Amino acid sequence: MQKIDEIQKRLFEEVADLHELPVGAYNLRANGELAGRKTTANIDIKTKTDKSGIDITIKPGTKKESLHIPVVLSESGITETVYNDFYIGDDCDVLIVAGCGIDNCGNQNSEHDGVHCFYIGKNSKIRYVEKHYGSGNGEGKRILNPVTEVYMEEGSSMEMEMVQIKGVDSTERKTIAKLDKNAKLIVRERLMTHGSQQALSIYKIELDGEGSSADVVSRSIARDNSYQKLDACIVGNAACSGHTECDSIIMDNGKILAVPSLQANNTDAMLVHEAAIGKIAGDQLTKLMTLGLSEQEAEEHIINGFLK
Amino acid sequence: MLELKNISFNAGDKADIIKNVSLNIDENKFTVITGPNGGGKSTLARIIAGIIKPTDGKIYFCGNDITDMAITERARLGIGFAFQQPVRFKGLSVMDLLKIAAGKELNMDEACKYLSEVGLCAKDYINREINASLSGGELKRIEIATVIARDVKLAIFDEPEAGIDIWSFKNLINIFEKMRRERSDRTIIVISHQERILNIADDIIVIADGQVKKKGIRETIMPDIIGTPSAVGPCHKMV
Ligand SMILES: Nc1ncnc2c1ncn2[C@@H]1O[C@H](COP(=O)(O)OP(=O)(O)O)[C@@H](O)[C@H]1O
Ligand SMILES: [Mg+2]
Repeated sequence: MQKIDEIQKRLFEEVADLHELPVGAYNLRANGELAGRKTTANIDIKTKTDKSGIDITIKPGTKKESLHIPVVLSESGITETVYNDFYIGDDCDVLIVAGCGIDNCGNQNSEHDGVHCFYIGKNSKIRYVEKHYGSGNGEGKRILNPVTEVYMEEGSSMEMEMVQIKGVDSTERKTIAKLDKNAKLIVRERLMTHGSQQALSIYKIELDGEGSSADVVSRSIARDNSYQKLDACIVGNAACSGHTECDSIIMDNGKILAVPSLQANNTDAMLVHEAAIGKIAGDQLTKLMTLGLSEQEAEEHIINGFLK
Repeated sequence: MLELKNISFNAGDKADIIKNVSLNIDENKFTVITGPNGGGKSTLARIIAGIIKPTDGKIYFCGNDITDMAITERARLGIGFAFQQPVRFKGLSVMDLLKIAAGKELNMDEACKYLSEVGLCAKDYINREINASLSGGELKRIEIATVIARDVKLAIFDEPEAGIDIWSFKNLINIFEKMRRERSDRTIIVISHQERILNIADDIIVIADGQVKKKGIRETIMPDIIGTPSAVGPCHKMV
């Protein structure tokens, strides 16, 4: 098993708030190798035999447990695709913390493509947190292309928090969800891009069951010469309710393309979309400056609040 | 403590919005500026706070020429300004804004004190975002609280009573009186048409058409303006 060094430790802290080994189940991956694993009576983790990745099985009725599965890359030139499947039984209530941190000081690109599939049993409640972080000043790019697929059975709920604030050069995130009767999906995405970074975030959410609902809120900031594309699509196939909101600030020469789409295949599907892109409002800066902040400090406060 | 010398402001091609205004505001005085809508009161307040630059004239604050100073510098010298139209912030909470105003970390008790002074129940508001979910009146009170939270030498309130009709004038007047008690060298300027606020003024200035029309102690100005739109009673609709 791989030993964790100081850089990796810092990355684990950034993406999963881990200052020490977490309580509950965990699977730590560093530079493509296993760096720590713990299972519990209710949460089992097995290495896949046919491809890279793990199978996670959570027993029905597992409550108040947590699972941490962070990944870090600290060597330049690693490219990996990892498949993680989550089989979650009925009536669970579990926190899952994923996330990927890349430190690239070399000249070769480092890339982690995580493909996560969630099968969520009836009436289970999942909170899923995924943070992306990059550091290092090498020429090599830090690339993350996560795919998240979620299949939600009757009455289940999932709250996803996706955060990418710093240091990832290129990302293409794809999130696909299918919801059964009365299932509920909440997505909170926070994204900030700098330099010449590029970020694409695509959602396709299908509300198949009666009473299912989805609420996707994305707040993003594009600075310098960065580019973002936010593509949120909700399909209503039953009496359901869907809401998406893309709220973006552009600064410097940042560019954002928001492509919302709604598709209603049932007369009782209630779908709403909101999108707004603009620079920081001048009167917000003015107000904070009258409270004694410099223009730069005012900007930082506004950005931090917006991405909170 | 505040002197405006031949201040003019022109927003572009049209006529001057402020026309050669000269004013002296004395230390520790409570001055109310009144006058018709569109007369230039808010423009003058924004010139004092540094939000807009006068096209002509000089401004002195405590003996220093602040004409070329930016908003931030003036704020740090002790000028506070409560906007007529408070700004909303997506993501910033009432607590965040109060901390910025106070310029330091605040504990719950300190933050609550500022909010209860403006008649808001702290526990309902402290974590609220300053976004579209707050009513105009609530925003207005939070705006006032941000000025209270700063230890300013000069506080300017632009129509602080607007939209807060459910909240009594008595509370608002208490705030002004408390601010004056707390610091003996504190000067307060309130822009208002309300008779009840004019009634507690030391000095009154009437501004119309970008000019000072009248200026003097309350006792001499009040009889001239009572019953006019410059001094409306409490039964008038507040706008
Ligand atoms: N930035 C600006 N550009 C153009 N006109 C302005 C600007 N600010 C204020 N005005 C105009 O100046 C006049 C005075 O406005 P204001 O100072 O808001 O008056 P008051 O506060 O006394 O009601 C109004 O006619 C208003 O429309
Ligand atoms: Mg005004």
